[in-house]
Amino acid sequence: MVLDDPRLADAAAGQASAKWRHDVKKEDLRVIGTAIRKVDARSKVSGLTRFADDLSLPRMIYMKLLRSTQAHARIKRVDVSKAKAVPGVKGILTGEDLPTPFGILPVSQDEHALCPDKVRFVGDPVVAIAALTEDAAWDACRLVEVDYEPLHTIGSIKEAVEHEEPRIHDYGVRGNIHRLENLEFGDLAAGFAASDHIREDTFFFEGNTHLPMEQHASLAHFDKDGKLTIWSSTQTPHYLHKALARVLHPLPAHHIRVIACPNGGGFGGKSDPFNHEICAAKMSMLTGRPVKISLTREEVFFCHRGRHPVLMHARIGVSKTGRIKALDFHSLLDGGAYGSYGTASTFYTGALQTVTYAVENYHFRGARLFTNKAPCGPKRGHGTVQPRFALEVQLDKIACDLKLDPAQMRIDNLAPRDSLTANFLQIGSMGLMQCINKVVDGSGWKTRRGLQERTADGRIRGLGIACSSYLSGAGLPIYWNGMPHSGVQLKLDRSGLVTVFCGSTDIGQGSDSVLTWIIAEVLGIDPLGMRVVTSDTDLTPVDLGSYSSRVTVMTGNAAMQAAERAREILAKGASEQLQVPVARLTFADARVFDSENPDKGMSFADAVIAAESRFGTIGTVGSYTPPKSAAKFRGGGVGPSPSYSYSATVVEVEVDPETGIYRVPKVWMAHDIGRALNAAVAMGQIEGSVYMGLGEAMMEEMAYRDRSHKGHRIFVHKIPSLLEYKSPSTMEMPEVVTYVVEDPDKNGPFGAKEVGQGPLLPIMPAVANAIFDAVGVRVDEVPITPEKVFAALVQKRAGKVGRYGPDELPPVNFGDSLKIKTPWQGGDGTAWNEPKRDKKAAR
Amino acid sequence: MIDPGKVLATFCINGEEQACAFVSHRTLLEVLREDLQLTGTKHGCELGECGACTVQINGVPVLSCLMLAVDAIGQQIRTVEGLADGPALHPLQDAFADLGAAQCGYCTPGLLMTAEALIARDPCPSREAIKQGLAGNLCRCTGYLKIFEAVELAAARMRGENPVPKRETIYGS
Ligand code: FES
Ligand code: FES
Repeated sequence: MVLDDPRLADAAAGQASAKWRHDVKKEDLRVIGTAIRKVDARSKVSGLTRFADDLSLPRMIYMKLLRSTQAHARIKRVDVSKAKAVPGVKGILTGEDLPTPFGILPVSQDEHALCPDKVRFVGDPVVAIAALTEDAAWDACRLVEVDYEPLHTIGSIKEAVEHEEPRIHDYGVRGNIHRLENLEFGDLAAGFAASDHIREDTFFFEGNTHLPMEQHASLAHFDKDGKLTIWSSTQTPHYLHKALARVLHPLPAHHIRVIACPNGGGFGGKSDPFNHEICAAKMSMLTGRPVKISLTREEVFFCHRGRHPVLMHARIGVSKTGRIKALDFHSLLDGGAYGSYGTASTFYTGALQTVTYAVENYHFRGARLFTNKAPCGPKRGHGTVQPRFALEVQLDKIACDLKLDPAQMRIDNLAPRDSLTANFLQIGSMGLMQCINKVVDGSGWKTRRGLQERTADGRIRGLGIACSSYLSGAGLPIYWNGMPHSGVQLKLDRSGLVTVFCGSTDIGQGSDSVLTWIIAEVLGIDPLGMRVVTSDTDLTPVDLGSYSSRVTVMTGNAAMQAAERAREILAKGASEQLQVPVARLTFADARVFDSENPDKGMSFADAVIAAESRFGTIGTVGSYTPPKSAAKFRGGGVGPSPSYSYSATVVEVEVDPETGIYRVPKVWMAHDIGRALNAAVAMGQIEGSVYMGLGEAMMEEMAYRDRSHKGHRIFVHKIPSLLEYKSPSTMEMPEVVTYVVEDPDKNGPFGAKEVGQGPLLPIMPAVANAIFDAVGVRVDEVPITPEKVFAALVQKRAGKVGRYGPDELPPVNFGDSLKIKTPWQGGDGTAWNEPKRDKKAAR
Repeated sequence: MIDPGKVLATFCINGEEQACAFVSHRTLLEVLREDLQLTGTKHGCELGECGACTVQINGVPVLSCLMLAVDAIGQQIRTVEGLADGPALHPLQDAFADLGAAQCGYCTPGLLMTAEALIARDPCPSREAIKQGLAGNLCRCTGYLKIFEAVELAAARMRGENPVPKRETIYGS
């Protein structure tokens, strides 16, 4: 390449040049904002998308896992001799074969691919068997003998707090406490002293699961050259690569290739490296054959990593006009059997309260407990969903206490745009006011609320409002390092084909298409004509994964940078050949031409040829690293994001006052996403969020069967099936009026922020608030089942407080808080009482 | 060697004869996906609970995970692979692609086969009829609304109308 390295020209990585600024006008965009098909749409509607379980290889064998039948037990003996004798069995693995622990976070490498000495929940894998057929593998599993020595089962948050022994893990804070966080921003006592009204409430949010339609599957192949390839339904090929390299050591990392297949839905449930993936890889190394595993639906429930059950207590102080002066928030998370993302989840239950409403003084205490349940982790809205429910219901109660309009009270409390919050999160664009106004106007909030109208069948109508915010990706990577979070490579072919290589994974959200839209806009080509190569650790530059709504902003910025560099090279070549100055060239309609004389130009393919003749083979790269966070205290790494999306919703309910049975006929949802890169796809994300939120609000829960049998406690998932784990069908889906609010953010490609996690959050509290509006009872617990509404109605009829919910939190000693001065107290983002940290040790 | 544990049969799939030897207790889903490599048909439970495995037998939507393959011998089996007419997508496929009714696309083959049978029965289905007709197919991504709208769009196109999707379907209100 004879050009100056363009990387030097725009050293500020990810900063778009003036032409593509976030506030570029809609009319000046040809691809962005339209409703073109996704690049993979035709394959998807033709059944041609190859999900992991659709793959097979010659000589492939099938693997099954024998899982624990005990909730908590020591493994005394594993005897596989009978299983070995089953015809067709090719390989058997036990815990001894995979002794190295792993886990998604560096601080909780607490899982084993197969339990070596102890099982921690019903479903923990103990033995892996591969055979010529799936049937033979199952048969062999049934012949394995495992002797367990049962240990006391820890079945809830309360039990975990009360029982320090037996410990489920031998690491963590103490007893069965995995994490403890205690952060104080500003002066709580002063905040409460300045308050006119103080409320305390307790809430519980039951766990629920992602329930992707695709069951997890993997195919591993250790080839004769000593290289391992695994195709898997994972949202995070990069982290699976890391986990495999760790557990399969001394197999070198560069001999491991992870290909994430398109996911048949993820929602966070395929973001951890899983035991079945590691077992398949090891089994292939053992047998020298390709090994396939496809999980049953029951096993998907065991993988879980879903919503944490959280018990919460909130004490809030407000002025007469409802302005939040102080918030003291407590959360206790039921983490299940392993660490997973739990450390981050714990912080997330305290991180984003301040991003919607200005909270002057804020105290957050959070603890995550280990229990003998399937491990919890990140589900859509990761850790911010439960506290959002608590906060939005509590605000509704405050508005009621003070006789304020809940919508107006929220508007009065809005966190200002371009500001730092009490916990040092940087807010950029902030369209929440517009969102609230949209749903208030659309729903007729001002006139229809509080009417308690009767429907024809005798139900009572109610309206409830709630808001939320969400991250556009985490500001810090899971492994702290200075490298980009996202990388993109472009290859320009003489045919005019542009191929994009990127490590990101399409889980249905359309990330492959996001890459094409951005690049096509910059290069003036047809996005459907591009080739996308993604999520292959051998071929594509690292992207950290499809989690925390990071892909649009992070890969989007990386793609933008790579495309701009390609444009620069092409423009130089075309300029020389056309004798038109670079500044006058336009890229559009797959042509490069003189903007003052559009006939004078060349096709995009000819521009590639001109540039390649002049400068040699053309390839460019782009990368993105989020801006540095202002939060420097320990724990400040969770919460920062390049930008925050906002949502507001009004939900209408119709409640039967006799039975508590209710339905949701209509939802108004407004989502500030900065800019819609594709209108129809953004709409789909929003509607999908509303749907999933309604499932959580009304019916979904991870229920456990808790029985005693011959003096022994049986503690097992009650409903691990699609039939019994209720989720909304077409019949429950209400009418949804969607408002796409666009408040472009300077950190986003074309101003885009996240879309599709945020709008899930306000649904649950809005349903609860709507039920109160209809029948005057409070359900401070999710899911809001008819039984709970009924129980509250019974209380109310008996002249007591019409409420259903928890009364208190079991006492946990949180120790001393880290004290951080807020920005308005002159704080610098550090904790003034934090002991000095050894930076190296922290890593 | 003749394997007594296997059945040798010829199926009529998407109008073509396909011979296959398979273990007699296999479901139609397993034979389609694993013995015939027709992986367009998906599975979410293999227990008759999700609709992802829906195919048509003589034009009627059937859960292939609940049907023994031997019972499908001699019947007209139609799968998602048989929906497009050569290179041209079926109007339902086009509408799903246009409106983003397939997000991850995993539930899509089953939904398409159910919807196709629905439109064949009722060329002008009401929203309520669509909801009822698709109630056995779960989708976790879309919230179903784009699917309803796509079925309506396709049905109208199949009636020879030239409908334009509503503005708020695509751009919001
Ligand atoms: S796989 Fe047949 S209904 Fe779920
Ligand atoms: S599109 Fe993903 S399950 Fe329906």
